[in-house]
Amino acid sequence: MALESLDIQNKLQETFGDNVKYFRTEYDMFVFEVDSDVIYNVIKFLKEEPSLNFNFLTDLCGIHYPDSQENEKFCVVYHLHNWFENKRIRVKTFLNGTNPEVKSITSLYNCADWMERETFDFYGIQFEGHPNLVRILNMDEMVSFPMRKEYPMEDSGRTDKDDRFFGRTVNNTTI
Amino acid sequence: MGKVVLPADHRYYKYIEERHNEDGSELAILNLGPTHPATHGIFQNILLMDGERILDAEPTIGYIHRAFEKIAENRPFYQITPLTDRMNYCSSPINNMAWWMTIEKLLNIEVPKRAQYLRVIVMELARITDHLICNSILGVDTGAYTGFLYVFQFREKVYEIYEEICGARLTTNMGRIGGFERDWSPKAFELLDTFLKEFPIAWKEFENLFTRNRIFIDRTVNVGGISAEKAMAYGFTGPNLRAAGVDYDVRIAQPYSSYEDFEFNVPVGKSGDTYDRFCVRNAEVWESLSIIRQALDKMPEGNEYHADVPDYYLPPKEDVYNNMEALIYHFKIVMGEVPVPVAEIYHPVEGGNGELGFYLVTDGSRTPYRLHFRRPCFIYYQAYPEMIKGAMLSDAIAILSSLNVIAGELDA
Repeated sequence: MALESLDIQNKLQETFGDNVKYFRTEYDMFVFEVDSDVIYNVIKFLKEEPSLNFNFLTDLCGIHYPDSQENEKFCVVYHLHNWFENKRIRVKTFLNGTNPEVKSITSLYNCADWMERETFDFYGIQFEGHPNLVRILNMDEMVSFPMRKEYPMEDSGRTDKDDRFFGRTVNNTTI
Repeated sequence: MGKVVLPADHRYYKYIEERHNEDGSELAILNLGPTHPATHGIFQNILLMDGERILDAEPTIGYIHRAFEKIAENRPFYQITPLTDRMNYCSSPINNMAWWMTIEKLLNIEVPKRAQYLRVIVMELARITDHLICNSILGVDTGAYTGFLYVFQFREKVYEIYEEICGARLTTNMGRIGGFERDWSPKAFELLDTFLKEFPIAWKEFENLFTRNRIFIDRTVNVGGISAEKAMAYGFTGPNLRAAGVDYDVRIAQPYSSYEDFEFNVPVGKSGDTYDRFCVRNAEVWESLSIIRQALDKMPEGNEYHADVPDYYLPPKEDVYNNMEALIYHFKIVMGEVPVPVAEIYHPVEGGNGELGFYLVTDGSRTPYRLHFRRPCFIYYQAYPEMIKGAMLSDAIAILSSLNVIAGELDA
């Protein structure tokens, strides 16, 4: 019997109540959001509960939302995959802007080690309990977090790549 | 030999300073890389050695980090393919096609069957070149240069096919949103036919040189083995995982580009060692050849090579000059005024080394808001220190080759 999105939702809501919310299906993926203080427990539950059995961490990455409210400035996105039922889910957790910190899941999935280091390197998100949280792709001496939106990629005086000069602003489409 | 100077907080410090073996010999540190010819790319590993044996390893990566994810946030969607080529440059067309398929999923574009089959052919050709390089380089690292030079000429033949399709060879930048930029020429199909005739003979000979070769077996069997559980925990995918006995393949689990139309096997190994990885890749080459033949046989009639999506697919140049509507579409596409929904997409494909995924977040503007590449190499290379612990130095080189770690994909 296939693992239905609704079953996952019911099981999570039974165990974690309001800490797990905004369940929806985006394109082919079941997505929900989790409060950052229970994210470790939720992922542990998703992995270890026999009927859910999300055995594989496909991907882990960060996103920066500088225009959001203070407690939703950063997002950590987990893609989990149950290979037995072939079910993929995306779990998102939002962190605050001043001190983004979330519990590390390296003890659940070995492969989270470098993915969390990469996320730390790019966004400065602290993974509490990570065995070796140092920069991985950039040099150790670097002080900024380059994937944050305020970090300029090239000459900030350059205007030829600015959306406004192409007659459009962000979110001006209808589809 | 001079004394090794290590900072006191280095994790090898206590071993070097305090621990000597009972016979009076000392442990040593060996810096393997970053630019060592045996590593086939820019990898640094600081090895703690007891004589010829490796006790511990500390990999450093990022030597060719080019910040593709940051660059992608500043580029229109159709200008991101050149970035994807440069990740796994041994099988660039797979990366290119994976990117187009991600956008097509975002925009709900249905690609014509013929274009899907053409994509399957070019992706399987890319898989062949990827595996061909990995396996023949493994031969070089175990002392057999001949096989490498022999099959390498067939990579050239594949590159000639790419050249005929898109004009480029290594970093192909192939395809457009909805299909290909032009139809394949008759010459491309001719070259493909010749390749399908000549390559299997050479590949059989290559296999004969290696699979039952005493020296090769001694060098690879039980070297760098990894159990299925560990491989999964370390995020292995692709041939390296299948060598450990897990039959996970994205082409089967979530078929894309009409892979469900083809019959093929998923070869698996047993012990996950270097020899099994070699054999799985060899067997996958045969499966890829079979898929290409099936795709050619089943190829739908006609000459459709792209979807009818004028909003996203550039019109032919002569129309741009002579037709008002085409000019408008051309302008809108080039100026990035095409509508894109606000969405989040994850699209996985079976790359040369495993599950290659694109996680795309859009905000409706002409560039991605966030684009994250799930790079199989980056994820499974973490297991390397554990795999080489206790091995000999020369085995470490063979293990690195058999994992097929591509520096471009590792660092993105």
